[in-house]
Formats: sequence, C-alpha cells, structure tokens
Amino acid sequence: MAEPVDPSNWSCPAPLADRALVVLGHGGGGRLTAELLEGVFLPALANPLLDQLADSTVFPVPAGGRLALSTDAFVVSPLFFPGGDIGSLAVHGTVNDLACSGAVPLHLTAAFVIEEGTPVELLARIAHSMGAAAQAAGVAIVAGDTKVVERGRGDGVYITTAGVGVVRPGADVRPERATTGDAVLLSGPIGQHGVAVMSVREGLEFGSPVVSDSAPIHALVAALFDAGIDVHTLRDPTRGGLAATLNEIAAAARVGIEVDELAVPVADAVRSACALMGLDPMQVANEGRLVAVVPGGSAEAALDALRLTPGGEQAVVIGRVVDDHHGMVVGLTLVGGTRIIDMPLGELLPRIC
Amino acid sequence: MKHVDEYQDPARARRLLDEIRRSTTRPWTLMEVCGGQTNSIIRHGIDQVLPEGIELLHGPGCPVCVTPLESIDRAIAIASRPEVIFCSFGDMLRVPGSERDLFGVRSRGGDVRTVYSPLDAVQVAIDNPDREVVFFAIGFETTAPANALAVHQARRLGVTNFSVLVSHVLVPPAIRAILDAPGCRVQGFLAAGHVCTVMGYAEYQVLASRYGVPIVVTGFEPVDLLDGVRRAVLQLEAGRAEVENAYPRVVAENGNQVAKELLAEVFEVCDRTWRGIGVIHASGWRLRPAFRAFDAEARFDVADITAVESPLCHSGEVLQGLITPDQCPAFGRECTPRNPLGATMVSDEGACAAYYTHRRAGAGIG
Repeated sequence: MAEPVDPSNWSCPAPLADRALVVLGHGGGGRLTAELLEGVFLPALANPLLDQLADSTVFPVPAGGRLALSTDAFVVSPLFFPGGDIGSLAVHGTVNDLACSGAVPLHLTAAFVIEEGTPVELLARIAHSMGAAAQAAGVAIVAGDTKVVERGRGDGVYITTAGVGVVRPGADVRPERATTGDAVLLSGPIGQHGVAVMSVREGLEFGSPVVSDSAPIHALVAALFDAGIDVHTLRDPTRGGLAATLNEIAAAARVGIEVDELAVPVADAVRSACALMGLDPMQVANEGRLVAVVPGGSAEAALDALRLTPGGEQAVVIGRVVDDHHGMVVGLTLVGGTRIIDMPLGELLPRIC
Repeated sequence: MKHVDEYQDPARARRLLDEIRRSTTRPWTLMEVCGGQTNSIIRHGIDQVLPEGIELLHGPGCPVCVTPLESIDRAIAIASRPEVIFCSFGDMLRVPGSERDLFGVRSRGGDVRTVYSPLDAVQVAIDNPDREVVFFAIGFETTAPANALAVHQARRLGVTNFSVLVSHVLVPPAIRAILDAPGCRVQGFLAAGHVCTVMGYAEYQVLASRYGVPIVVTGFEPVDLLDGVRRAVLQLEAGRAEVENAYPRVVAENGNQVAKELLAEVFEVCDRTWRGIGVIHASGWRLRPAFRAFDAEARFDVADITAVESPLCHSGEVLQGLITPDQCPAFGRECTPRNPLGATMVSDEGACAAYYTHRRAGAGIG
C-alpha cells in the first residue's frame, strides 16, 4: 500500500534557504523536513551515532552495568534568557537528572515541537546552543524528532530530551538513603534561574542583571565519587527550588531536615528581586545547582571536593538530617527562631505590596 | 544589600531581644497591623523568641484577606466575559470566590493576566483597543496611589476601554473598629510602615490618646519588628500611649503629599465590607463622581452580586485578633492553602497561611 500523501508537501516546494519561518510542511516528514534536519539540526548536533539517521540509534553498553534513564520536557518562556536558552536548558536538565542517580551521562535524544511561524534562524540558534551544551557536558545527542504545530498551538518551541547514563559501579544514590546524622550540602547560590527568567518575562530589572545558573552538574557529582564519598542522595533543585527538593528528600527517607537559613547562599540581586516580588528564594527554580546528602563524617571531604570543581566554588553545608519532625524541613532563622520550610504549592504568586 | 542587611543582622536582633527581655515586667498584648509584618514575624519565628508574656496578635492588614467575597465574585463575573482582559496582582488569582477563583476563570478560557502595576494594565488597554481591560484595584492606602494614578492617566490619555474594580480599604477605621470591639485585648499596635509612607501618622495621634494605646510605626525586617515591639513595651511599661516612628528611613510624619493629593482627587471615603468582619463605617475608598466613567462595577453592571461566607471559616475573628489561626476548627482540616475556605489562608500575608506554611503541628515547633 502506498504511503499516505501529505498535501502540505505540495504547497511548500521551495528550498529551506528561501524560508525564514517554519511552515507546517516542515513537520510533514517530506523534503522540507529533511531540509530542516540537514540545514539546522544535523550541523549543530553532528556525531557519528546521530549520523546513522536510522529509525533508532544503536550503541554499545558496558557489560553487566546498570543504566539510568531519564526524560524531561522544556517549555520555558522566553526561549532565550540571561545565561541560557531552551536548548542548553534541555541538555543540562537531563544531564543533571542522570548525574543525580550517580550515573555518568552518556547519550541524549531530543524531540522538538515547533510552532508554525517560528523563525528558522531562531531554531538554528537553539540547535547550536544544544550542540555546544552537549559537547561541554561530554554527551552526544544521538536521536531526535521534529513536529510542527499550527500557529497559536504552541509557544515557539517545546523540547523534550531523554538521556541514558551508566551508573557508577557500587553507587547507591537515592532519596531514601538520607539518614540521621547526614550533612546536607549545596553547591552554590540559589534562585538565579527562576529570577533570570521571571525578570525577562515580566520586564523587571533589578540593578545588576541576574544570570541563570543553568549548567551541567555532572562534574560536581564526579568529584564527590572521585573523593571516595559514600554519597547517599543527590538532587538538582529545579522547579519548586531548594524547598521542594529538601521536602522530597525528607518525605522519601521519613527523616527531618534542619536548615541553617543564614548558611544558604543567595546573591544580593536575587534577594532584592525576591523581596520585591514577595517570593521566597528557597522556592525559586535553579538549573545548575546540586544538593548532596553525605555522611556527617564525610562533610568536610565532600565540601573540599565540590569547592575544587568548577561550579562548586561556593559550596556550603546548609544543614543536617535529624531524627525529628519526620517528613518536614525546618529552618533555623536569623533571630534564633524556627519555621517550617514548606513544599511550594504550585505557581509562585507575586505579592501585591 | 543596603537597607536590608542591617535590618537582618542577627547581632542587632539579639541586642533588641535582650532589651525587650530586660524591660518586660508583666504580660502585654500587641497587634501588628499589616500582613507583611505577620508574614515576617512567623517566617522568622520572632514571636517564639519574645519573652513569655509578650503576645502578638495578627491584625487585619492583609489586603487580599479582607477583600469581601462579593468583590471577588464581581471580579469573576467580569473576568468571565469574552470581551474582557482582566488584570490583577498575582495573589488575588487564587482567592476563592463563592464558586471558583480567577485561576478557574482562566482555565475556562477567560483572559486573566497578572500585572505588577496598574499602569501596566492601562498599557494593555492601549495595546488592545477592541477589548475591555479591567484592573482589580484592591488593597490599603499602600496600593491606592498607583491605582489612582492609573485612572488619572487613563483619563488624560483618553483610554476609554480601561476601568477599575475598586475595593480599597483604610487602616485607621479598622484599628478603631478593633479597639471598639467587645473583648478587645490589644494594648498596643505596631502600625503598618508602608501605609504610613503614603499617609503619614498624624491620624494615629487621635487614636493613641483617645484609646490610651501606644502606636509604633514599624517596618518589616526582623530588626524593625523587634524594635517596634521594644518601643511598644517600653511605652506600656512606662504607662505612656504615644505615636512613635520606628521606621523613619521611609516614613515621614505627613506621608507623601503628592500621593495624598492624587488620592483625594480620585477617591472619596465610603463604607466598606471587610471579609470576615462586616461593614466598617467610612473604611474604604471609591471613585469620585468625576471618575465614575472608569468604574467597572457600573460598566459591567455587577453591583447587585452578593455572596455568603462559608460558615466554617473564622477568618473574621482571626483578622480581629480574637483567635489565632490554629484555634479555628477548620484550620489544617477543611481549610488549607490548597483548598482555602477564607482568604486568610490564601495570601502569604494571610495569618492562616503564614501559620500553616511555617508552623504546622508535627514540626515540633511553635
């Protein structure tokens, strides 16, 4: 039986070079799709596995090892923000999720849902950013897909990445392993990604511009393992911020977590932006930070390992796992009081005054 | 960070606490008026570190919390109309109306937008000349000048597709209502610093002397709040009842003259319903007749919408300092930030939400 004919291919016979904007035909699977791949994506992401261009990509895995698999969808608006863009974010997000399982990230896949009318030049910038981010993180994007939706049915570009990594032999990294007496480490200042995106989205400027912390954290994770630390739990505090991450750990391990609020680093610009919008920096998203829970006795060694690794220079111990208020995170405040650091509810609501 | 670091300084906080402890010889009950202060107190656990006898009651100063249910229902009715772009501050979107909230309107296809300033809403009106743009003008004296300015500017620019749904409330009449209420336990007030930035504090002199209560104009950072408590306690211990300004870095005695003139031009005083409390005489602002053309209530004919509160919700007593949030039978059971019965459970500045968020049973604190 013949393949069903896609009429959109008839209406868009012109070569890609003549088209500044994505048309529905670019998602039709025909010549235009091929041109989009050859003109935009393949040059930016090229690697031997991707170049197989088969229905699936075949690659060897280490015998007897364990694989980690993760997927994440990215719908950030605006597509470009200070310190990153949806392309680099889509790489970092999945690389970081793999790293937080104690895995060495290996390969990624990427699927693009593109809104009709999106400038091809913008897609190319995103693809190049992805390629550069993947290279910097030591992974390859080995399979992909593009679809085009009608104008008004998308928000420029949505990207879904999936990733596979090889878990380090002997590593057992899970939220449930957080144990009383463990130390809680944070790799750097919080809230920068969320504030950077919000400031562009809402047209707010705060003295010095806040730049997203979007970055791969696999090198920080590697430093901990290389230092011989028995890492119990790793998380990258993305949506919901540090508050959500710590609450998830406390709930999963049925332990309490105590945080010295004064120890949590927050950049001045983030602090003033949050004060202005009525947000708690602990609830604001990060895209390049690592929370590590390690045995109390290894805290100093873990801290040294993080601080000697690029991206971890400002690492600190922010708290400890306690056998009290199970499932809850409690902050020690600057006046010597305590408060619950709660799971954020959902959408952050800027305060009115 | 200038103007914040020095007011979040643990050493300064400790010194103030020491002085409060030394000065306190018997129990005193204070009320912080503003929701921002309530949030900061609970957020930093300030009430936990005060001497045993100093009790802080949480006042009615959360603008989201006191906006009456019928105003929310009117907002929802207007926002549901296809020709309307409804603009609001973010934390009004989750306040429950009788049937749904503004988020619910948005999920059903209504065009509800968050703005950071009412002037942004005027711009939305200019950018969308074929739509009706409505701004939800709520809040205390703090937010009113920007709202007045928006209406003023819309008139000056001839923007006819802009209107405001006004539900403004005023602090001094609320303080008087609290002091007049039978069973009032408040012996001193921490007045809301930002309200006084606009209005000054001359109005409070009358209240302080007539009711014999110290009123300390207080800021929002931990050191500000401890200094407010310290000054109120020192007055009470000395038998004084004066108005004091503990927030001079932003508050002047006569407030902001330009803002006050603008407010007087655009708004006039009216009776206002406070959610959970009821009608307080001469406690709100509405548009003056010269600006009625910008009144969304008249434009969309929603003035007849009335509403009945949930009988389970005790937010009125919370707002008057008669009970603490955790003394409400519905607290943390039928009523949570996820499923709020009353507005005090919605905003970060609401006393119930602040208690729930920072201090639930089971945390071994509070």
